[in-house]
Amino acid sequence: MASITLNHLVKKYGDGFPAVNDVSIDIADGEFIILVGPSGCGKSTLLRMIVGLEDITDGDLLIDGKRVNDKAPRDRNLAMVFQNYALYPHLTVYENIAFPLRLAKGKHSEEQVDKLVTEAASTLELTDHLQRKPANLSGGQRQRVAMGRAIVRQADAFLFDEPLSNLDAKLRGQMRSEISQMQRRLGVTSVYVTHDQTEAMTLGDRVAVLKKGELQQIASPRELYEQPVNLFVAGFIGSPSMNFLPATVEGNVLKTALGDLDLPAEKARKAAGKKVVLVGVRPEFFEDAKLVEDHKRFNGSTFRATLTHTEWLGNEQYGYINFDPAPEMRELLNNLARDMDADELRPQVVVTLDAASRIRGGREAEIWLDTRKLHLFDAESGENLTRDAEAGAELTREAGEERAEEIATAQQADGQAAGGGFGTSTHGNGNGTTVDAGAGRSGGATAARGK
Amino acid sequence: MTNTSTRNKVLWAIVTVLVLVYALFPVISILATSFKSPSDLTSGKFLPSSGTATTSNYEQILVGDAQGLFLSALRNSIGITLIATFIAVVLATLCAYAIARLDFPGKKLVLTTALAVSIFPVISIVTPLFNLWRTIGLYDTWLGLIIPYLSLTLPISIWTLTAFFRQIPWELEQAAQVDGATTWQAFRKAIVPLAAPGVFTTAIIAFFIAWNDFVYGISLTSTEAARPVPAALAFFTGASQFEAPTGAISAAAIIVTIPIVLLVLLFQRQIVSGLTSGAVKG
Repeated sequence: MASITLNHLVKKYGDGFPAVNDVSIDIADGEFIILVGPSGCGKSTLLRMIVGLEDITDGDLLIDGKRVNDKAPRDRNLAMVFQNYALYPHLTVYENIAFPLRLAKGKHSEEQVDKLVTEAASTLELTDHLQRKPANLSGGQRQRVAMGRAIVRQADAFLFDEPLSNLDAKLRGQMRSEISQMQRRLGVTSVYVTHDQTEAMTLGDRVAVLKKGELQQIASPRELYEQPVNLFVAGFIGSPSMNFLPATVEGNVLKTALGDLDLPAEKARKAAGKKVVLVGVRPEFFEDAKLVEDHKRFNGSTFRATLTHTEWLGNEQYGYINFDPAPEMRELLNNLARDMDADELRPQVVVTLDAASRIRGGREAEIWLDTRKLHLFDAESGENLTRDAEAGAELTREAGEERAEEIATAQQADGQAAGGGFGTSTHGNGNGTTVDAGAGRSGGATAARGK
Repeated sequence: MTNTSTRNKVLWAIVTVLVLVYALFPVISILATSFKSPSDLTSGKFLPSSGTATTSNYEQILVGDAQGLFLSALRNSIGITLIATFIAVVLATLCAYAIARLDFPGKKLVLTTALAVSIFPVISIVTPLFNLWRTIGLYDTWLGLIIPYLSLTLPISIWTLTAFFRQIPWELEQAAQVDGATTWQAFRKAIVPLAAPGVFTTAIIAFFIAWNDFVYGISLTSTEAARPVPAALAFFTGASQFEAPTGAISAAAIIVTIPIVLLVLLFQRQIVSGLTSGAVKG
């Protein structure tokens, strides 16, 4: 177990293009960090720099306070799960898992190897498949073998490079929860690269959003969602993603393509002095005006719009409203889309309506919008004008506390279930255990050495 | 559906039989000839006439007059070919690995040079080589044949192995390194076992090339010290000047075919590639 510190890390390729640019992250012991961003944002490169498969151009990488920039991957004691699993096809599942132990020559006796592999296999429900070759396993099983290889050797940290992207949707959900529970039980520091929203939001203690090699924001999923630092983060996190409406500010009134919206005074103050802003509205901030309870109605404003069509999903429904932005605004939206990896942002607003709503496409309807929750973004810099940094920090702090609690509970439960026999506790005082075993079965140990 | 598939099967069976007959007929013909007595050679029949089938040809080359000529040649052939194959495969493995994995200037040059060497006609090098070998004392020695054989086997080995190494996923090696292996360990434990089928295939191809060579064998040797089988066959003589040594040559040809057949049968399994499946997704 270890903490990992990235200190102004830079990765430049031969042509001078910075794939990773000045990224600093402090990863605490036992923390689960997600690196997320559109393709080509440098998240995988960053992970490979940590594990040592890519050279670091500039900056420091510290593991437990020790600088490891120049150490070979094998000296960093990190375990990595590759996107395509990278199992050794000529070895059985058992030997695949035992591979790292066998490489550390002399450190483990044959009995210890067997014990560790059997333990890892039973944690991952691979016991029945130990003698099979990877080629005969299903995708999910291969994935688990790759994880087995990581957990068997008591690495300081786990690194995951999009480990679930090759699985089908159902299996992905299952493996996601398995990874999450395993991480909590082992309490091991983890860095996880993904481009999947759901994985990022559900697994991470903190999520680092990267764009073109630069760190945009690192915070708990809730802070990212509720207090995004800029347009990019706001648009990247959340599905369906946040709607961006160009608007002009006139006092307490926002003039948008959907109509005039009354702003709460406090938000209006923050946007004061700006002529043009981008209004960020999450789909769930909208509601069918007929279904809004009276006491909430005053927290927002209503407007009339025609939905092009609706999609009913059972628990809720999505409605789509097209709008026509001014040409210069359209340019702004297209730039934003390019940043997000999309071709063109359609001037469209997605609204989430209650499943009971009778609003249908093609008819004009009255829609209510919770203006308290709006975000206002600077049209030029993309900065979030209405971000409440303190509230955000509070959310992340809470997440940190929850994490500590979860790890403690998981380990306690695990200790009770396995009678203290499993994994971390045993590994923690590995020396003591070895000595005991040696004293108790000196005959066996000698025999093993005799081979 | 079933109709077409049965028809397909029948069609394939016919094609297979045709190819087999075409490929095996000469071999069987030689086999039949090797059991004919000298007087039976011109009978015009495929099989030895009844009652005259004889193993005298085999006796002649293994224990009889031609023994000295044939057995020493067999020893030379086996020794020289195995050594040449071994060196070629080891060098080609290292070379191909570097070409497939590393980025270094001159990579293209190595490959094109190898190709250029392999398309150079053997017969045009033989005369200068003959003079050179005589001057520096390599003429009629094992080494004098091993070196030219390397020039034949190395290029093709490098090309086949490079193609093979390129198929092996990079991640395996990186995974091994993260798991605690040195570069050499990662190569030996993760890459070599996967490359084994490719290496065996290459070894067999290289072996065939060296084993079948005639031009170098006859030009660069003069005695039993280094003369390989294909060259030795040309020196067979009949019992008298009126008898053709056809029977003995056929017997020798059959005997030199045996190692090749054995080799292929032995390594058949290793040659079957597809061992990499299951390494990565798919």
